[in-house]
Amino acid sequence: MLRRLDTTALVYIALIIVLIIGAILVSTTGRNLFSPGNIRDILTGMSVLGFVAIGQTLVILGASLDLSVPYVMSLASLTAAQTMDGRDGMVIPAVLLTVAITALIGLANGLFVTVLGVHGFVATLGVGLMLKGYLDTNYQGTEGEVPWSFQLFGASGIGPIPISTIVMLGLAAVVAFILVRTTFGHHLFAAGGNAEVARLSGVRERLPIIGAHIGSSVCAGFAGLLLASRLGVGSPTVGSQGTYDLLSIAAVVLGGTVLMGGRGSIWGTIGGVAIFAVLDNLMSVMQFNPFLKDVVRGLVIIVAVALYARRRIIARRIRFAQAPQGPNIVAVARPDADGKPGQDSTVTEEGSRA
Amino acid sequence: MTSATGHPQSVRAQSAPSRSGQSRLGVGDRMTEWGRRALDPKGIVVVLLIVILLAIIVLNPSFAEPGSLMRFIQRVAPIAIVAIGQYFVIVSGEFDLSMGAVVTAQVMTVGHLVGVDESKTVPVLFVLVGIGILVGLINGLATTLLRVPSFIVTLGTMLVIHGAIMWWTGGVATSNPAENFRQIGRGGFENIPLIDSIPYAVLVLAAVILLAVWLSRRPFGRTLTAIGDNSAAATFAGSRVWWTKTSAFVLSSLSATVAGVLLVGFAGVHPSVGQGYEFTAITAVVLGGVVLGGGRGTVLGALTGAFTLEALFTLLNFTAVPATMRDAIQGAIIIAAVAYSGVVFARRRKRSRTSTSTNSATTSADPTTTSAESAPSTPSTGGDGAVRQ
Repeated sequence: MLRRLDTTALVYIALIIVLIIGAILVSTTGRNLFSPGNIRDILTGMSVLGFVAIGQTLVILGASLDLSVPYVMSLASLTAAQTMDGRDGMVIPAVLLTVAITALIGLANGLFVTVLGVHGFVATLGVGLMLKGYLDTNYQGTEGEVPWSFQLFGASGIGPIPISTIVMLGLAAVVAFILVRTTFGHHLFAAGGNAEVARLSGVRERLPIIGAHIGSSVCAGFAGLLLASRLGVGSPTVGSQGTYDLLSIAAVVLGGTVLMGGRGSIWGTIGGVAIFAVLDNLMSVMQFNPFLKDVVRGLVIIVAVALYARRRIIARRIRFAQAPQGPNIVAVARPDADGKPGQDSTVTEEGSRA
Repeated sequence: MTSATGHPQSVRAQSAPSRSGQSRLGVGDRMTEWGRRALDPKGIVVVLLIVILLAIIVLNPSFAEPGSLMRFIQRVAPIAIVAIGQYFVIVSGEFDLSMGAVVTAQVMTVGHLVGVDESKTVPVLFVLVGIGILVGLINGLATTLLRVPSFIVTLGTMLVIHGAIMWWTGGVATSNPAENFRQIGRGGFENIPLIDSIPYAVLVLAAVILLAVWLSRRPFGRTLTAIGDNSAAATFAGSRVWWTKTSAFVLSSLSATVAGVLLVGFAGVHPSVGQGYEFTAITAVVLGGVVLGGGRGTVLGALTGAFTLEALFTLLNFTAVPATMRDAIQGAIIIAAVAYSGVVFARRRKRSRTSTSTNSATTSADPTTTSAESAPSTPSTGGDGAVRQ
C-alpha cells in the first residue's frame, strides 16, 4: 500500500511519525510538545529554513545547486538593515533594494551555470566565496538598524502561528502553483530532467535554469530579511553560522526531490523542513547536547534518503509496468538505477514517449 | 567522412600526451605543440602555477631558495593529499563532503588518545587508519548499495562525524600531543646537502603521489574513470561498480587521515583544524581540470590544482591584498578556470563527445563501426553546439 503513495505523502507520513514519537518522548519529561508556545517555536524554526529551501528546491529541480545562499542571506540582512537605518519610511525601499540585489546575484549564478557551462556546485561556491570575501572585508560586525515596524514581521503572529511562517507558506503556495501550472514550471522540470532532451523538444533550456537561480537567491534574500527583522540589525555571519546551504539541500532531498533534478515538489520540501524543525525542537526540549543534535540530523538525512531511494526505484517499476511495453523499459532502467540516478529521467522521457 | 574518422584519433591525441605532458614538459623542440598544450584547460593551470610562482619570487626573491621551496611544498602537502583523495571520488562521479570532518576527527582523536605518552603513537596511528577505512566504507556502501546520492551521504556523515567527535571531546583544544607524533608533520631529515632539509611531510606527499599515479593507471583507476564517464556502460562491461566506488571513498577518507596526521604537526590539536577542507579540496581538484560529474581528469591535474591554490594564497600573503579578500579571489579563480575549460573543451570536444556517447549507447567496441555510425549524427549536433555557444 505504501508503494502506491507518492513521495510527498510519504514525507508527511514520516512527519506525523516523528511528531507522535516526539510527543511521547516529550510527555515522559512531563511536558507537552503541542503546547501553543512550543508549536510557535517549531513554526518559527521552520520559517527561515523554509524560505531558503523553497529557493533551493527550484535550483535542484533544474539539476543545479545553490551553495551561495548563506552569504546572500547575510548580505540581504545587511543591505536591509543599513538602508532602513531605523526609519519607518525606508522599509519598502529597503525590501525592494534587497530583492533587486539578490536577484542580480541569482542572475550571475544562472548565467555562470548556463552560458559559461560551469557546474552549479562550482559556480555558486565561487559566487558564495566572492560574497564572503566582500562581507569579511567590509563588515567587522553587525550594522544598520531595523525599525520596530519591520521587526513586527519576525515577532508577531496570529495565535500560535507566526506571521513569517504564514508568509513563507504563502510563498510556497505561489511557487508550487508556478511549478505545476505554468510554462516556466514545466520547462524547469524538463530542463532539470534532461537538458538535452528538453532542448531537442524545443524548450529554451537555459531560461528556466536562470529563473530558478534568481528565484533561489531572492528566496535566500527573504530569509535574510526575516533574520534582520528578528535580530534588529544586519549581520555579516548570520547566514554562514546556520549552515543554511547544506541544511536547505538536505531538507529538499529529505522532501523527496531528486538531487539530479527533474523530479520533486515544493510541498515535499516544506515537509522536509518541518521534520527538521520538529527534530530540532524535540532535541532542545529534551536538552540534548548541541553536538549530539548534529549526529541525529546526519543520521536522519542518510536513513530517510536511503528509504526514499529504495522506494523510488520500486515506484518507477510499477509505473513502467502500466506502460504497454513495460518489460523492455525496465530492462533499460535497471543498470541506470545501479549507477547514476540522474539518467533515470532520460529513460522516463523516452519511455513515456515510446 | 574524413572528419568523422579523425575524431577517435583526436581524442587519443588529446588525452594521451596531456597525461604524460605535465611530467615531461622539459623535453623537445616542439614549441607549437607546447603552445597548444599550454592553452589546453589542463595546461593553463600549469601556466597559471608558473606565473604565480614567478610573481612570488619577484615580490620575495628568497622564496626561490631550496629551503623555502621545501617549506612551501611541506605547507601544500596536507591540502595536496586531500585533493588527491578527493580526485578518486570525483572522477568516479561522486562527492566527498565528509573529508573536513574526518580531518578534524583524526586531529581531535590524536589529541585525546596520544596525550603526552610517546609509546601510544603507533597504536593510535592504527586506530586512525581504522577510523578512515570505516568512514570510507560507510560513505561508499551507502552511496552504492543504498543508492543515496553521495552528496547527501557524505553531508550526513560530515554532520555525524563532526557532531560525534565534538560530543566526545567536548569541542575543546588540548595541549600538543607527544613530540614524536608531531615530528611526522613538522620534522624532517636535516643536513642534506644543497637543500639542507627534507621534511617528512614532503616524503609522505611524494609517496602518496606515486601511489595515486600508480593506482590511477592500474585497471582500478581506469575502471573508476570509466564508471564516472558512464556507469551504465561500465556495468555492461562487467566492472563491479559498487566495489570500485567504495574503494574510492576509502581512499578519500584515508587521504584525509594522512592529512590529519600531518596537520597535528603543523597546527596542533584544535577543533577548527580541517574546517572547510572538503570545499578547498574540491576547489583544488576542479582547478586542476578534473570535471565534476566524473570521467575526466588526472591525479597530476588535481595535484597541480592544489599547488596553484596554495601558491595563490602565498602570493596574496606577500601582496597588500587584505586577507579577507582571499576567499573572493579563490571564488573568482575557480569560476574562471571551470568556465575556461568548459568553453574550450566544449568547442574542441563537442564532436568527439558525440561520437563517444554514440559509442557507449550502442556498446560497440569496433572503432570503424563507431566512426561510421557517428558520421551522420556529428554534423547536426556540432551545428547546434555552435548555435548554443
